Amino acid sequence: MPRIVVDVMPKPEILDPQGKAIAGALPRLGLTGFSGVRQGKRFELTVDGDVTPEILEQARAAASTLLSNPVIEDVTRVEVISEA
Amino acid sequence: MTVSANSTAEQKKFNIDTVEHAASTPDTPLPWAELGLKEDEYNRVVEILGRRPTAAELAMYSVMWSEHCSYKSSKVHLKQFGDKVTEKMKEHLLVGIGENAGVVDIGEGWAVTFKVESHNHPSFVEPYQGAATGVGGIVRDIISMGARPVAVMDPLRFGAIDHPDTARLVHGIVSGIGGYGNSLGLPNIGGEVVFDSVYQGNPLVNALAVGVMRHEDIRLANASGAGNKVVLFGARTGGDGIGGASVLASESFDDAKPSKRPAVQVGDPFAEKVLIECCLELFKASVVEGIQDLGAAGISCATSELASNGDGGMHVELTKVLLRDPSLTPGEILMSESQERMMAVVTPENVEAFEAIMDKWNVEYSWLGEVTDTGRLIIDWDGETIVDVDPRTVAHEGPVYNRPFHRPEWLDGVQADSFGEERPFGGEAVKNAVLELMASPNMCDKSWVTNQYDRYVQGNTALAMPDDAGVIRVDEETGLGVAISTDANGRYTYLNPYEGAKLALAESYRNVATSGARPMAVTDCLNFGSPEDPEVMWQFAEAVRGLADGCQELGVPVTGGNVSLYNQTGGVAIHPTPVVGVLGVFDDVARRTPSGWREDGQAIYLMGVTRDELDGSEFANLRGHLGGQPPKVDLQAEKLLGDLLINASRDGMIDAAHDLSEGGLAAALSEMALRFGVGARIGLDEVAERDGVDLFTLLFSESQARAVVSVARSEEVRFKDMCSARGFAHSRIGVVDTEIGALDFQGHFVLPLDELKEAHEGTLPKHFG
Repeated sequence: MPRIVVDVMPKPEILDPQGKAIAGALPRLGLTGFSGVRQGKRFELTVDGDVTPEILEQARAAASTLLSNPVIEDVTRVEVISEA
Repeated sequence: MTVSANSTAEQKKFNIDTVEHAASTPDTPLPWAELGLKEDEYNRVVEILGRRPTAAELAMYSVMWSEHCSYKSSKVHLKQFGDKVTEKMKEHLLVGIGENAGVVDIGEGWAVTFKVESHNHPSFVEPYQGAATGVGGIVRDIISMGARPVAVMDPLRFGAIDHPDTARLVHGIVSGIGGYGNSLGLPNIGGEVVFDSVYQGNPLVNALAVGVMRHEDIRLANASGAGNKVVLFGARTGGDGIGGASVLASESFDDAKPSKRPAVQVGDPFAEKVLIECCLELFKASVVEGIQDLGAAGISCATSELASNGDGGMHVELTKVLLRDPSLTPGEILMSESQERMMAVVTPENVEAFEAIMDKWNVEYSWLGEVTDTGRLIIDWDGETIVDVDPRTVAHEGPVYNRPFHRPEWLDGVQADSFGEERPFGGEAVKNAVLELMASPNMCDKSWVTNQYDRYVQGNTALAMPDDAGVIRVDEETGLGVAISTDANGRYTYLNPYEGAKLALAESYRNVATSGARPMAVTDCLNFGSPEDPEVMWQFAEAVRGLADGCQELGVPVTGGNVSLYNQTGGVAIHPTPVVGVLGVFDDVARRTPSGWREDGQAIYLMGVTRDELDGSEFANLRGHLGGQPPKVDLQAEKLLGDLLINASRDGMIDAAHDLSEGGLAAALSEMALRFGVGARIGLDEVAERDGVDLFTLLFSESQARAVVSVARSEEVRFKDMCSARGFAHSRIGVVDTEIGALDFQGHFVLPLDELKEAHEGTLPKHFG
């Protein structure tokens, strides 16, 4: 069953409180090798049958209207993955 | 926590426009128009400096001289709030207008500070973050006065309930307020939710916060004592809201180019919570001399205001500012509106103690420079001077406009168009009108909104929505507390701005008195259209005059607030909406008066007189009518009614009270019954005859200075004697009945509470569920 993966990230200039909190927690675990953390989100849209260009276009539309908030987030990936 | 300065390699990639460079290149064109300055304003900057401004100076002047920060159009009118204050009114005022927020003495060594502000424009662009940072901003105002924030309130106005864009705004704004306020652990104790198509492109998101402190803890925003250190602490500075103050809040949306859209400010309530505790510890340890929160115009505002309120000089190194985004230019750093930041002034001997407190709370800080006695605000970038100004010219001596205004010609026509629709007649028709009213967007149950807010966290909330006012206990031992209500009626103010502003004040005052608290002080958030439109400017001038006159007559001073102009889209302004918040004091919150009746057999009294006043009413609104004159305001009657309600509460005469405002008696009786699900038998014929009105008018008129109370049988004589002695109209209109489960309007119709409840509670879930 093919899936379409959509990745959404906060825009680079926008404050990311969750990423900031993780960045603050890492050194407490002794993981000191990172200078910053940004947290985004990943969606998987499952498709019955083949991913036609129309369906991919719908996924892009969903990504830019519903899955992301265009004011503060960027869609960084809309891609088909076919493994089960 | 280690503080690493930004690397010099990064700094060097800008061509820094130094003061020296500016002096030697007088003809370099600068983007003053893009930054929102008018030509004469830019020329004045050049005149003040005696040369062209540097890019950084231009950034500072443009944000600080924007309407939002300088109040350049409103200042000449706002003066009245100060001029019309008497010594008697100032009696309990510890800090008046002009500081971050006013401070009121509530006795026993306690003081409260409160203020309402707007975050309208950012909330339209990004509803969640706009509303969230609105809460964050007003809470920081309260902290910077030295107080612990104890509650917030949010008066909101949206477009038509069934417009497709309204749901986006309602969901975003309500969850933004809840998300930020709930995370801070602050109860949200009230506010308003109004729907009207005039707010479609310009929703109003006003945020009020109240804080509590001991008298000795009051802190002011000034930088005194040459040699004292200036420190920036809290969150890092990023590209948030750059130009937000100058561009967004000061121009209508239709002439804002997309390129001007600034990066949205994103709030971090957990960082703010730490900041609150950290600041309170700083105050307790007495290690800060002056403190200022960073809101609109960021570092530009904080440095220039601190410097000009103090000895008048400050010298800072801007590369010391900790950045989230190292690519920011000096001008952008000065304008950034990144949230959760504070600036403080610390004596050299307290530096160590200050740092220890910062480290304890894990708050980042950087020492930017020091206070000087030169009278100049000097900002360096890597040792080179990029700003050299008199801070007063930035912060306080900005342009002042006496903008032309005139009474709109259309107003005569509007005022002559009195409500002439056919009035429902007969029991069944009036009953249906009550159901229609109570299900309407403005009168329906707002639990869908308020349930998303924490109302009782911290355990000091004595009353919250849907009661008339929010009540918070200040002192656990004595029960000393405060009540706050916010009110405005844009339709009244549209029909008559002078009277409308007084009506907003009257309602807010009445709400506070109805809860049993003595009104003490006022804060206001004046939401209007473009000041460049002489008709809007007239509405503004009239509303300010009305509010100032009203405050004088009621003896409650305005302690602070905010003006939000340019609330218009495509040349159409919102209704003038002066939101008035009144704060009152209780000796003991245990004697607060709730808004619903509970005890079987108690007598129900209507206080005040009903006239035929349906113009501008909710019922007229339901019929799409807006014309005529708003209800007559009588502040002496309001004062008397307030005194009676407060005394009745203090002496334990009344068990429930509800003021009459939008929706009139019909709304008040419905809400009192639904509050605890207890019905009543109501007889209105006698009072209708006394006032010379029919049943429908008695129920739907919005005459002022009225309230409904329930009185225990044993107290009836005392209550009636008290009203008679003061010559205040009062009439027994019914009896509480815990059995019937209905409002029985005897001789006319019976309204089962189930039916009423279904109508009242169904509306918001239906639209936003």
